[in-house]
Amino acid sequence: MKIAVCVKEVPDASVQKRINPQTKRLDRSGEGALNHFDVQAVEEALRLKEAQGEGEVVLVSLGPQRALDSLRKALAMGADRALLVSDEAAAGSDLVATSRALGAALEREGADLVLFGQQANDSDGAVLWAAVADRLRYPVISQVAELTIANGKVRGKRQTEFGYDVIEAPLPAVVAVSDAINEPRYPSLKGIMGAKKKPQETLSAADLGLDSGTLGEQGSRTSVLALGDPPPRGEARKIDDDGSAAEKIVDFLAEKKLL
Amino acid sequence: MIAVFLEHHEGELQKGSLGVLAKAVSLGQGEVAGVVLGSGVKELAAGAGRYGAAKVYVADAPELEAPLPQPRVDALAQLLGEQEIDTVLFAASVLASDVAAGLAARLDAGLNWDLVDLAAQDGALVGKRPALEDAVYVDVGWTAAPRLALFRPGAFDPAEIGGQAEVEELSPAFEDFSMLATMLEQAHEESAGPSIEDADVIVAGGRGLGGPENFALVESLAKALGGAVAATRAVVDAGWYPYAAQVGQTGKTVSPKLYIACGISGAIQHKVGMQGSGTVIAINKDPNAPIFEFCDLGVVGDLHEIVPKLAELVQQRKAA
Ligand SMILES: Cc1cc2nc3c(=O)[nH]c(=O)nc-3n(C[C@H](O)[C@H](O)[C@H](O)COP(=O)(O)OP(=O)(O)OC[C@H]3O[C@@H](n4cnc5c(N)ncnc54)[C@H](O)[C@@H]3O)c2cc1C
Ligand SMILES: Nc1ncnc2c1ncn2[C@@H]1O[C@H](COP(=O)(O)O)[C@@H](O)[C@H]1O
Repeated sequence: MKIAVCVKEVPDASVQKRINPQTKRLDRSGEGALNHFDVQAVEEALRLKEAQGEGEVVLVSLGPQRALDSLRKALAMGADRALLVSDEAAAGSDLVATSRALGAALEREGADLVLFGQQANDSDGAVLWAAVADRLRYPVISQVAELTIANGKVRGKRQTEFGYDVIEAPLPAVVAVSDAINEPRYPSLKGIMGAKKKPQETLSAADLGLDSGTLGEQGSRTSVLALGDPPPRGEARKIDDDGSAAEKIVDFLAEKKLL
Repeated sequence: MIAVFLEHHEGELQKGSLGVLAKAVSLGQGEVAGVVLGSGVKELAAGAGRYGAAKVYVADAPELEAPLPQPRVDALAQLLGEQEIDTVLFAASVLASDVAAGLAARLDAGLNWDLVDLAAQDGALVGKRPALEDAVYVDVGWTAAPRLALFRPGAFDPAEIGGQAEVEELSPAFEDFSMLATMLEQAHEESAGPSIEDADVIVAGGRGLGGPENFALVESLAKALGGAVAATRAVVDAGWYPYAAQVGQTGKTVSPKLYIACGISGAIQHKVGMQGSGTVIAINKDPNAPIFEFCDLGVVGDLHEIVPKLAELVQQRKAA
């Protein structure tokens, strides 16, 4: 079974995220990291492959060339190869343009199962899979906390506003996992050493047969008009625990008459 | 014309959708339509008139019985092909988000998500979206029609205006691939649990607890404070705590006087369920955790150290 996992490079947690006032896009110049929600999708793919005893796990990403550095973390975990769609013209792609690029790359791969993480922690959209599934004309199951595959079908248990659903779809299918699905492994030293040598392919829009005008800002249908400050909040206090945090919380509760 | 996707469950139009409908009507951009997709939903559809819909498009088909997104994308794409609808608004939910994104791809239409407001400025629609853990407010627009938008849960309240809607029936055709996913079990609520909606004090636990056994820490603090215990989706989905105690988008919305979050990162989907709380205290070992952006007292530290001590101190104080 061939499993494609859509993964994204996002600003590292240590980077103070900011939107560039000129481009009105997220400033991606600082250190990058693999979106941690996607690490769980990679883990799930590896588990499925291990359970089946055969198969291939392919990472598929849209991002700048340097995103390969982040993808290597997933290769170190055990993914077999990486495919990065990278094109100057694709910068600033919104949902429409991103799903077009990933859809084309995934179409080329023809995976049996396409996995997504719960959300990209820089955009918090939690929507991309549904757009990609429509482009691929595959069934989609989202928010999956428990995933099983049997007899050419994928079954997912997931939570909605009303309780738990169990949904089934024949392969090929798109599945987006929730952050409760697993506890991802750490790459082994051997995995880290081997990651560099695994196949890592970069494709441009043209390689995918896409007109670059259908990607990036030109291919997008949404725009950022202005940046503003959030409504003011009350004064927040932040303390580091030096062993007396419990006492300080009690004092705070007393001060607020909450005890 | 603006259309609003009206989600329903067990014969009731959902409050979130009706709130978005009220917002759409308040923009004063002409008549607003509701869209109701389901099976056996005609009567329900007519009811949307009371909440401001001048027109309701309804597709009543067995293929729309299960709340799955793809057949709904088919129905909406067809509706937008037939009618002069340039904008479709959705109240975010597990279902609505997938419908909106699928429709965006189908029609190459712009989708803005997580909006908390929408305004008409010089004839153009402008959405407001908090970004980067709500640290920036971004004005977003669309470069072409149709425009699609998802609103943050609880963004607007419904308004019962008391009008009547003209109902128009649709007969959508469905794509083969849209019929492939099937619902085997729907909206199954697992293991009953305590009611947390009326609690004055809530102590909530997240994945930072490290394991289900550590909910005992949260429970003892809640007990000392005379409060209830709540949880994040991450730990509920993982089976650490019952669904009934979950706070957030797909859980409960609570507004206690005091909310103590232990080992919770503070994702938007959690925040929308507890932002109405009076005082919020967060205990998290990661100084960059988003929860520190919306609490009154943030404590950077290990909950395993702090929570037991806190429970003991509170108990002592109450006993004194
Ligand atoms: C459609 C949708 C609906 C959703 N609905 C909900 C919902 O209703 N409710 C909800 O809660 N979530 C919901 N989510 C999930 C949400 O996005 C987050 O993934 C989830 O809230 C994270 O839970 P958490 O904070 O427990 O876990 P994490 O995000 O993993 O956070 C754990 C935190 O614990 C801290 N920590 C770890 N160890 C310690 C320690 N020893 N001491 C102190 N702190 C520690 C870490 O620093 C971290 O910040 C939804 C998501 C989607 C996409
Ligand atoms: N640029 C990208 N390249 C590959 N996968 C992505 C990209 N952006 C988002 N994804 C995937 O889509 C999921 C949801 O992203 P989003 O809808 O942006 O929150 C992520 O968890 C990833 O699995």
